[in-house]
Amino acid sequence: MKLATRRRVTTALRTAAAVLLTVVFLFPIYWLFMISFKTAEEIFAFPPKWWPAQFGLDSYAVLFKDGDATTVANSLVIAGASTLIAMFLGTLAAYSLARYRTGGEHLANWIISQRMVPPIAVVFPIFLLYVFFGWVDTYFGLILLYTAFNLPYVIWMMRGYILDIPRALEEAALVDGLTPWQVLWQVVLPMSRAGLFATAIFTFVFAWNEFLFALVLTRTEVTTYTVQVTHYFGGQSNFWAKISAMSVLGTLPIFIVVGFMQKYLVRGISMGAVKG
Amino acid sequence: MADLRIKGLHKSYGNVHAVRGVDLEIPAGEFTVLVGQSGCGKSTLLRTIAGLEDADNGTIEIGGEVVNDAPPRARDIAMVFQNYALYPYLTVYDNVAFGLRARKTPAGEIDAKVRQAAKMLAIDHLLERFPRQLSGGQLQRVAIGRAVVRNARLYLFDEPLSNLDAQLRDEMRGEIKRLHQELGKTMIYVTHDQIEAMTMADRIVLLRDGGIEQQGAPLELYERPATRYVAGFLGSPPMNFIDAELVGESAGVAVRLKDGTALPLDAARALRLAPLVGQPVVLGLRPEHIYRAAGADARPGVVRHAVRIDLLLPTGARTYATFALGGAPVVAELQAHDVSRTGEHVELAIDVNRAVLIDPKTDRVVA
Repeated sequence: MKLATRRRVTTALRTAAAVLLTVVFLFPIYWLFMISFKTAEEIFAFPPKWWPAQFGLDSYAVLFKDGDATTVANSLVIAGASTLIAMFLGTLAAYSLARYRTGGEHLANWIISQRMVPPIAVVFPIFLLYVFFGWVDTYFGLILLYTAFNLPYVIWMMRGYILDIPRALEEAALVDGLTPWQVLWQVVLPMSRAGLFATAIFTFVFAWNEFLFALVLTRTEVTTYTVQVTHYFGGQSNFWAKISAMSVLGTLPIFIVVGFMQKYLVRGISMGAVKG
Repeated sequence: MADLRIKGLHKSYGNVHAVRGVDLEIPAGEFTVLVGQSGCGKSTLLRTIAGLEDADNGTIEIGGEVVNDAPPRARDIAMVFQNYALYPYLTVYDNVAFGLRARKTPAGEIDAKVRQAAKMLAIDHLLERFPRQLSGGQLQRVAIGRAVVRNARLYLFDEPLSNLDAQLRDEMRGEIKRLHQELGKTMIYVTHDQIEAMTMADRIVLLRDGGIEQQGAPLELYERPATRYVAGFLGSPPMNFIDAELVGESAGVAVRLKDGTALPLDAARALRLAPLVGQPVVLGLRPEHIYRAAGADARPGVVRHAVRIDLLLPTGARTYATFALGGAPVVAELQAHDVSRTGEHVELAIDVNRAVLIDPKTDRVVA
């Protein structure tokens, strides 16, 4: 075979493999979306229907009518607020660790070690504490907890990104007339923008997906969508329509966020990867 | 524009005593070059002046005002960094304007100043570009622009040309010197490159092991070095050092090399060195003080000596010839066609009047 032909065949095979893999990975998500638009008969039809006869929104309508959809809003509030707070505090702490050697050599390692605690080990004590303070089933309670859980991750990641910024840039800004706070705002943050977005997305996704603490620490007021979905798995039967519609609602925000920030996400992750 | 006065400055990093008691006065408007090998403390000294490092001891005065405790922004200085330190997320225009904006300069004034500085540095066509779209030489011009656009009291340059290739470096040397002539600002320039120091400085401050070895005008240091270190540091190829001995002769005092060659000294030097007769001495000869003997050159102090050329390094205008003198390899700077091949025997003239004599015990120049 000629070299050019061989190269073309290789490319074709690779593309085919890539397409196949993508289909395999995307199929469950496709199926999830389809179920959410199907009627009850279509869901259980055999052989399965690849495509609903009509894109019905009944499953969603039920979720909104019963108020179940507000759990998605709860998740948004809790994940959003805890991400913002963790990013703000974590970036400040990371800058302090990176540039002022706060706490000496090992404080950063100690902080990340906090992240290694298995959540189940602290669920019970935290539950008792929350009962005592009256924080169970409140936004404040979950936001505080998720912020605390995400802070070590944010600090660790942001510290790495900040250490990658050439110091001379900050020194040049100091000489040019900025205060240390202005340097943080006008130099360090723009320089670590990709890292900021990547870290924020991971932080948000963690809070968005969190289940254990949400299950234990919420009742009715601030139930998150992850907890809500479990209510549809019954002893005798499962409410597939509701499960799928709620799952779609729970997936969309992540799709949207990642879609908008894909550029930063890729760059932020690879930036971290290059650092030895 | 202001003068700079440093008294008894010390700075250590852990166990490393980087700056050891530097006293330095730089008059307003002067171009001073801090030069020395890496690790001599020159960059630390510059960074301490900028306020990027705290002084352990001593005082730094800018324009008569002690600035030891002032943060960098309050010292009113501008600085050019070795790695350019341009903000990659800002355009060239915004990079140059950065310091003006930080100091709340009125917008109209900023625009005029940025365009003027850009024109002066021939980067006015690059103002809308981002740093990643520029070459090394252009980046350094922008970095210089960011400094000179401001009306600062002091301008500091930290090895700004060391990342550029040789040709660009030559070009930028002239450019920076021209900028200084046009602006007349007080500039302090750090480099390890003695050619940069010689060509650009009004005054060279040669640092060694955290202290000042010697300071003065470039030619003063070149022609009248105080120590063997200074004599060897400035000049390329470097000065030749030959171990010898001072001997008394009927006519006065001479330097006798290991091979017995005697180089008589002029009367003034002979008188001064008389007490040292019989002691070892190091003869320092610059390559250009040895040349092809022509006709009947019989000036006093010029000694003719027959040598065999061991190595020839032609550079075009000059040819560097190595031969043995008094047991040491010695380099002479000859005209291009003075010697045609290795192994040739030629008669060279050695201008002893311009040689320096060094006491090997103290490494200080004695005459």
